[in-house]
Amino acid sequence: MKWITAIIKPFTLDDVREALAEAGVQGMTVTEVKGFGRQHGHTELYRGAEYVVDFLPKLKIEVAVGDDRLDHAIEAISTAARTGRIGDGKIFVGTLDQVIRIRTQELDADAL
Amino acid sequence: MRSRYPLIASASLTILPLSAAAQTAAAVLDHGDTAWMIVASMLVLMMTIPGAALFYGGMVRAKNLLSVMMQCFAITTLVTALWMLYGYSLAFSTEGMHAGVTNWHSFIGGLDRGMLAGLKPDTLYQTVPESVFVMFQLTFAIITPALIIGAYAERMKFSAMLWFSGLWLTLVYLPVAHMVWGGPGSLLGDLGVLDFAGGTVVHINAGIAGLVACLVIGKRRGWPQTHMPPHNLGYTVIGASLLWLGWFGFNAGSAVAANGSAGMAMLVTQIATAAAAIGWVAVEWAIHRRASVLGIASGAVAGLVAITPAAGTAGPAGALLIGFIAGTVCFFTATRLKHKLGYDDSLDVFGVHAIAGIIGALLTGPFAAPKLGGFGTVTSPLLQLWIQAKGVGFTIAWSGVLSWGILKLLDRTVGLRVDADQEEMGLDIAEHEERAYNLT
Repeated sequence: MKWITAIIKPFTLDDVREALAEAGVQGMTVTEVKGFGRQHGHTELYRGAEYVVDFLPKLKIEVAVGDDRLDHAIEAISTAARTGRIGDGKIFVGTLDQVIRIRTQELDADAL
Repeated sequence: MRSRYPLIASASLTILPLSAAAQTAAAVLDHGDTAWMIVASMLVLMMTIPGAALFYGGMVRAKNLLSVMMQCFAITTLVTALWMLYGYSLAFSTEGMHAGVTNWHSFIGGLDRGMLAGLKPDTLYQTVPESVFVMFQLTFAIITPALIIGAYAERMKFSAMLWFSGLWLTLVYLPVAHMVWGGPGSLLGDLGVLDFAGGTVVHINAGIAGLVACLVIGKRRGWPQTHMPPHNLGYTVIGASLLWLGWFGFNAGSAVAANGSAGMAMLVTQIATAAAAIGWVAVEWAIHRRASVLGIASGAVAGLVAITPAAGTAGPAGALLIGFIAGTVCFFTATRLKHKLGYDDSLDVFGVHAIAGIIGALLTGPFAAPKLGGFGTVTSPLLQLWIQAKGVGFTIAWSGVLSWGILKLLDRTVGLRVDADQEEMGLDIAEHEERAYNLT
């Protein structure tokens, strides 16, 4: 099982959600975050006080998938979130040791 | 010079050639004048609540919005009570005053009108009920201490703010108002200082007090390393727009009549305000390659301030120049001077009000001369400039010294600042246990 964390541009969320649903992903968690990568921030100026905004608003989506669906999920996110311009975000993939569905106590693949 | 003293008005305003017969006739109530002055009083009240409250409130951080609005509202109530008790009397009583004679009452009025003694429904002030004049002047006394809050915003204790506003009104505003507008025998009035609607009394007075206040109370924690951007410039634009609108009551109302002087005051106010906004934004555009919302709103306020003393005497061309000069100069004083000298005048009370006030008060002199398009009786623009400079210098000294004394006294007694934790938390929660935005 894999744990996918993707940082995306906020306005691509609907497309990403639909693409993931088509790829058979059953659920996801979304968080509003701020950060920076290669995309530069911008400056603001109020009566001579310059204010450099380094951290840009992004969305972090987290998805747990079985190994068999990993490629589909990555394909779905990277297609839907891609605009071709700097700041499209990144996808991080890690190994997931255990999953438990709280209501039924099902484990791992059954719980995904 | 206001036309409220018929003798002075006839001497200084060529557009109001009051004969002796007209002065006698002026003791009769005029319905048009009365209706206009009632409306003008409401317009000037609107400048403080909600005009200044929104203008300043938008520029502070979200955690301090309510504190600024509360300060404007509380000053409105406090000053109203003090005005009724003794304020009107100390500012406008003519007890013991004689034209050309400098005595104690050249500086401050008597207490014979305390508790508004002698005021009845049929008491007249020129052609309007005196009750309306009391109300009109009260709205000026309200906005002046309310303008100062921009300098010490986001860090002064509410209790200290109340003490400061009350003492400052009593020791600074009321004497200066009396010295300029007290009529024959008043110190600056007799000197020949022209101040139609309060450039000296309101704006230089408040602007200097603001500079002193931010120096005595000290910088906000973290300024200037920590960025403190305005939290809602939309409020600031609405506030500036209400100030602009209300200012017609301020300037055109200062004619204390619905006449040609009021009409001209309204027009030159509009012209100077637009010119100042254009001037500020033009410089900004040239230097920073963009025109800002805060810039155009700030420029407009600078123009409103600058034309205030000149509104009764300057012509349209003079207004254009006064506004443009104020807008361009205030761009530099509000955006550069503060950072260069390192004082934390949070919302630029000094950089906008004091500086535009001084520019306006000085230029009022020459632009009152008919040869420079003015409508005053000034024959020597340079001599009047010198007289204006004396008025400016006196007001700076009076407001500067007394504001400093009041603030130092309060700092040692009630304490001026909230503590570090409260400042971090924001004054809304720390002082009022309320929050402006309960979102989610």
